[in-house]
Amino acid sequence: MNQTSKVLIVDDEPNILLSLDLLMRKEGHEVFIARNGIEALEILESKVPDLVLLDIMMPDVDGYQICRYIKSTERLKHARVLFLSAKGKETDIRIGMEMGADAYMTKPFSTRALGLKVKELLLLDLRP
Amino acid sequence: MMNPWLVTGLSVLYIGVLFLLAWQSKRWKFFSRPEVRAWIYPLSMGVYCTAWTFYGSVGKASRDGLEFLAVFIGPTLTAPLWWIVLRKMIRISQVQRTSTIADFISSRYGKSVSVASIVTLMCFLGIIPYIALQLKAISESFNLITGGGLGSGKNDFFHNTALYVALFMAAFTILFGARKTENYEKHNGIVVAVAFESVIKLLAFLTAGIVLIYGIFGGLSPLFTSAMEFPEVRKNLVLPEQGGMGEWFWVSSLSALSIILLPRQFLLAVVENDEEQHVRNAMWVFPTYLFLINLFVLPLAIAGMLTFQAGTVDPDYFILQLPLHFNMPALAILVFIGGISAATSMIIVETMALSTMFTNHLLFPVLVGVESIKDRIAPHVSAIGLWSRRLAIIAVLALSYLYYLNLNKVYSLVSIGLISFVSVAQFGPALLGGIFWKKGTRAGALSGILTGFTFWIYTLMLPTIVSHYDWGKEWMDYGLFGQAWLRPNSLLGLEGFSPVAHGFFWSLLFNLLAYIVVSLNTDQDVLEKNQSEVFVDIFQYSAVYERTVVLKGKASLPDLEGLLSRFFGEERSRQVIRLFARKHQIEISDPGVPADHRIIAYTERLLAGVMGSASARMMVSSIVAEEEIRLDEVVQILKESQQILSTNRELVRKSSELKSALEELASANFRLKQHDHLKDDFLSTVTHELRTPITSIRAFTEILFDNPDIEMEDRQHYLGIVIKETERLSRLISQVLDLERYESGRQKLSLTRITPKELVQDAMEAMDQLYREKGVQIRLELDSETTELVCDQDKILQVLLNLLSNALKFVEKDLGWIVIRGKKTEDAYHWEVEDNGKGISKEYQELIFEKFFQAQNQLTRKPKGTGLGLAICRRILELHGGTISVSSQPGKGSLFSFVLPDWNGAKDSNYLENPTETK
Repeated sequence: MNQTSKVLIVDDEPNILLSLDLLMRKEGHEVFIARNGIEALEILESKVPDLVLLDIMMPDVDGYQICRYIKSTERLKHARVLFLSAKGKETDIRIGMEMGADAYMTKPFSTRALGLKVKELLLLDLRP
Repeated sequence: MMNPWLVTGLSVLYIGVLFLLAWQSKRWKFFSRPEVRAWIYPLSMGVYCTAWTFYGSVGKASRDGLEFLAVFIGPTLTAPLWWIVLRKMIRISQVQRTSTIADFISSRYGKSVSVASIVTLMCFLGIIPYIALQLKAISESFNLITGGGLGSGKNDFFHNTALYVALFMAAFTILFGARKTENYEKHNGIVVAVAFESVIKLLAFLTAGIVLIYGIFGGLSPLFTSAMEFPEVRKNLVLPEQGGMGEWFWVSSLSALSIILLPRQFLLAVVENDEEQHVRNAMWVFPTYLFLINLFVLPLAIAGMLTFQAGTVDPDYFILQLPLHFNMPALAILVFIGGISAATSMIIVETMALSTMFTNHLLFPVLVGVESIKDRIAPHVSAIGLWSRRLAIIAVLALSYLYYLNLNKVYSLVSIGLISFVSVAQFGPALLGGIFWKKGTRAGALSGILTGFTFWIYTLMLPTIVSHYDWGKEWMDYGLFGQAWLRPNSLLGLEGFSPVAHGFFWSLLFNLLAYIVVSLNTDQDVLEKNQSEVFVDIFQYSAVYERTVVLKGKASLPDLEGLLSRFFGEERSRQVIRLFARKHQIEISDPGVPADHRIIAYTERLLAGVMGSASARMMVSSIVAEEEIRLDEVVQILKESQQILSTNRELVRKSSELKSALEELASANFRLKQHDHLKDDFLSTVTHELRTPITSIRAFTEILFDNPDIEMEDRQHYLGIVIKETERLSRLISQVLDLERYESGRQKLSLTRITPKELVQDAMEAMDQLYREKGVQIRLELDSETTELVCDQDKILQVLLNLLSNALKFVEKDLGWIVIRGKKTEDAYHWEVEDNGKGISKEYQELIFEKFFQAQNQLTRKPKGTGLGLAICRRILELHGGTISVSSQPGKGSLFSFVLPDWNGAKDSNYLENPTETK
């Protein structure tokens, strides 16, 4: 169950990015960092992550677009998308899930809750 | 006169070559090359030219001049139509997996057993005489070349030849036509052999023509010149009296129909076609072939008439008699072999077609239809089919032989052939109507065919059999019961036509009438309606055929598999079903659920390959509990499948459009974002902005808490982040509250008097450290720095600090400079803060004073500000009655300026908290 997964983290807040990077690497995952949507797209061109931790409010290309792109691209659509956003209203959560995300967590998040969620999403990924 | 054993030996050798070709050609790469295959197809259609063409045409030419060409004009003129008609038939045939013409027609009219069996019977009646005349040609040519008499004298020998030929042909045909169980599989070997025979007969004919005409007679012109000198020859070169132009028309029409409707033609042109594009090739190759093989017919006829006394030699065999007469044994043998080619290819293919039709449409329906027999035969169906075909081949040849024995000498090769043509022409209305007219019904087809057939028997078939009996002669001269209008060769008083044209006219007229009238007055059942839709619109449906088959019955998958396994074996049946299900994404895991109707249709098709569609239908319906399905449901389903096709195409187009649209979205989005951002609810933006530093604080705190073993250096780093983010948070909260106060108008100014100098000093104190760190140069250009300004000191300081820290952010390290200017005018003090930083583009210059806006380049990190600074500055200046603005050019730095009006003697107390004295 402990295979190395590839995790892509997308957030325009450097500190948040750093904290998520730490958390993921501690679990032994291979981490890719994108500081904004454009960088995320660039990374997605060559890598197929198993999980994407995705901020929503970002300039230029926001998280919704990234999520839709991932879910509509054959090559990428098996990646799990976890929205991490300060937008926490019920409507926001619903919108996020409608975009095709596999999970949605609001900021600030509990690192423990995040860790569990990540494990859960990556387990779903294991195909027979 | 040649040695009969030599001739026999050579013939057998030739047949051996054919055998080899048919058997081995599938292994030779040469025959799989597409260019070669493209030629094999039209050449195989050359089976149209039988011993009739080879021998009979010359005979006919000698009697009736150019009229022999009528049979070839028909196909030549209608060849351009093949692209539509023939191609449609091929497509239908492939989709429906029909193996014979009877199958095809019956399938169109609801897979009707009655139609199939009637068509089969008619083919037998019509074609057996045609086969008989091939036997006649072979044996007569054999007798001629070996010196046997032309008939009367050596009775036993004559008969024996034909018998041996018949037996031999039966054996050969069985070897090649009745080996495999699945008769829808293509018989590629036979096709190659037939194409080869077409080539041989053409070569033989052309060689004979060239050698005889140029060698013996000196060429075409000398030949014609000599011909003109003989009146009896000359008269035949003009268009003959009987029928005249009418005769040409009818015979051409007849042959145009036959080129498709003859069972052998249908088999080779439709069923054995493996590439529709070949039809294009055939459209010009075949007429060319006809042209070439007919090239020397007339010259040879003339040559024969010139050489032999009238009546001494049968003109049908001029082409053989001439080389014999001129002592050219090699040429004679070549001609003989050519004649064998012409005759044997016809015999083989027609016999195969007839035996298949017999098995599928006469035998199987009976076996499958009777309950008690059906279950017992199931495991042996393939064997039964095979043996039935073999026996049928023998039967066909036996019948042909018997017919041959009774052949009346009055009828030449050509006329027997034409009579056969008229018999298959009766399928014309039903078949052609079936593929172009949806309204044609089974009742209509049956009426048409039976009517036509009756006329055919009466006007053409019977006369050939009974005319040498007295009562027969009487019937022919005086009509049935002495009624003149019932004379078989001039019904209703129609005179002046040859028997063939006459018979063709009446039979086809009443056939067509019956077909149309009855069709218009009868209804189609569900299956017929389905089939008529699919047949007429085949090009639309062939891509989605699976969806078009309308069966509303329920059958369980195990039942279907069981049915199939009786014929194909358990393992193979299961595999085949599984493959099909996978291909069409049908769920088959649950055996309790009724099988998808597409699988039922597929099962039926598979069985059709073994036993014909009508019987297959019967077998499948016996295990399917059928439900009533309404006509409009049928049409609905068919229309839906068309809909699916076009929707599919739409989807493909749309998704590629979508991809390109997505790429454009990124750039378009940016422009939208500015305004979008502004329209955001202030509160939600604030909460978002507040939550961001809290997120980092919480995350790092938890990380540090959960991981005591983190390196000291990292711990310090992370704690530093926590501290910074806390500060950021506090700042943000203050600013938000501030701004909120400004917005709601609750903010009050607390006025003091202060000099610009003092203000700047305070500001510099705060920024000094930071400026030093970044190596930024500061310059002051303060005018009247000691004038007293009346303003809210803290707030104006706030403005200055904001501008200065912005400038700090955007200048380059060590290279940056900032200038603070102050200038007094009569009623205000003008401040300027200029820097040489990266500047602000025109678009942003308006927006930067908006709440939360932060001018940033995509690739830089988020600036550390809150985005509220300038918005607050603007508010502050507004409260003071002043303004703030910016002028800047990207890359050339920015110049912020704000104007502080003179409040000396301010009257308005709304904004004032408590006017105080100077500090």
